[in-house]
Amino acid sequence: MNNIILSIKNLTVKYGTTVALKNISMEIAQNRITALIGPSGCGKSTLLRSLNRMNDLIEGASVSGQVLYRGEDIYAPSVDPVAVRLQIGMVFQKPNPFPKSIFENVAFGPKINGYRGDLGSLVKQSLQGAGLWEEVKDRLHDNAYALSGGQQQRLCIARALALQPEVLLLDEPCSALDPIATLRIEELIQELKEQLTIVIVTHNMQQASRIADYTAFFLSGELVEYGETEKVFTAPVDKRTEDYITGRFG
Amino acid sequence: MMAGNSNARSWSERIIEVLLAAAVSVSILTTIGIVVSLVGETTGFFREVSLVEFFTAKEWTPLFTPAHYGIAPLVAGTFLVTVIAIAVAAPLGIASAIYLSEYASVKVRRVIKPILEILVGIPTVVYGYFALTFITPIIRHILPDTDVFNALSAGIVMGIMLIPMISSLSEDAMTAVPRSLREAAYALSATKLEVALKVVIPAAISGIVASFILAFSRAIGETMIVTLAAGGTPNLTINPLESIQTMTAFIVQIILGEAPFGSIEYQSVFAVAFVLFLLTLSLNIIGHWIVRRYREVY
Repeated sequence: MNNIILSIKNLTVKYGTTVALKNISMEIAQNRITALIGPSGCGKSTLLRSLNRMNDLIEGASVSGQVLYRGEDIYAPSVDPVAVRLQIGMVFQKPNPFPKSIFENVAFGPKINGYRGDLGSLVKQSLQGAGLWEEVKDRLHDNAYALSGGQQQRLCIARALALQPEVLLLDEPCSALDPIATLRIEELIQELKEQLTIVIVTHNMQQASRIADYTAFFLSGELVEYGETEKVFTAPVDKRTEDYITGRFG
Repeated sequence: MMAGNSNARSWSERIIEVLLAAAVSVSILTTIGIVVSLVGETTGFFREVSLVEFFTAKEWTPLFTPAHYGIAPLVAGTFLVTVIAIAVAAPLGIASAIYLSEYASVKVRRVIKPILEILVGIPTVVYGYFALTFITPIIRHILPDTDVFNALSAGIVMGIMLIPMISSLSEDAMTAVPRSLREAAYALSATKLEVALKVVIPAAISGIVASFILAFSRAIGETMIVTLAAGGTPNLTINPLESIQTMTAFIVQIILGEAPFGSIEYQSVFAVAFVLFLLTLSLNIIGHWIVRRYREVY
């Protein structure tokens, strides 16, 4: 693996008394796409949400172990989770634009974080980065709910890009979209890895094999197998990985 | 045999239906009755007093000679107390709603919500007594020129009474804002306060405004607090430290007094009540209309 941007060490996450992730250790490569796969309830989304402390928002969630971002533990007591999320952005399963204009959606993050530059050009640049600019440039002040599902999801990506994060976490970003919209997002993700690191949770194994450089397979809160995508899909080491990717369960 | 059974069943079903419909009609008929009696006596009143005098004269002295019938001082008194009450209740109600919906843990909410609901159950006469014997002395201690009966004391206490109403309705509106919008904001590095002020409140704004309007309407119709604490002096003023009289307090005064049945003083009560009825009715309609519109968003 080349440069490591995130290093997860002995991470255990519990919701109340339910253990969602058991002692996970893995490293995420910079400017690469890492896919987290596995059946529902395997802990892949929990892991994703641990990487920018979104689990803090769930009552009863407790985390032990470390997540090192460029060598610094994001769970250290001195670390402000709000500052972590400035570096590590997130896009969710269902498109969740604010009931505001397209412009205001993209400008939201920079505005609340005291951005001092030219907001208009930042919004344009972010929408271009998400491949949405050409479609919306004449109606930036229309409500975001007027966009299609695929456009809304690219708006959410643009909104995350506007903070110029180092890492972008994607939680099944295509699960609510049709195949054409899905393809556009996949192309976009591949373009984005030039600038940032991407971790994507997906249900869709074809999607993982199409876009990811690395793939991690989870089962019942454990990391079963992790490596280069091609290896994981063509020559899995663990029998359970093979069973899952060949469709024997899941 | 089977036919007989189903026949008996359909009869009992029918009787139950009629009984339930009768229960509904009690409140509907009562409302109609109220409107009819209001309109009847009000027309009698306006045979003696012109609409122009009623709406433009600046004095309300039905029990003196010469009697003046300008409703302005009563409306002014009512709005003075109401504005003070909303000025107290709106910020405190919104702040409690934000606390309950965004900050409080499930445990804390489980304790605080019932306590707030108890506040709703306190009889208004208790609030009125509290205003007169507790709040008024404090105000007079700070501002010695204040009248014993004054709009400020009644307004403050009425505001306290309205806090749970605004808080509870606003909290419902805020809780209805989808969690996904909050998560979107948190993921964009928003703080808890930014999420509340920039995402949750804008998304819940129609529900919050509706809670204000319903509280406003409740304040206009509130009777006991103002009767006990605000005084019985119709007074066209905006000074909250003076004694005033609200529309409701005037109605109480005349009904409990000696105005002979059918006299002009007696009828004036109905004219005032009719104005009050129209005011609260239109505010309720506006409030419910806003609530309904808001429901269509999600």
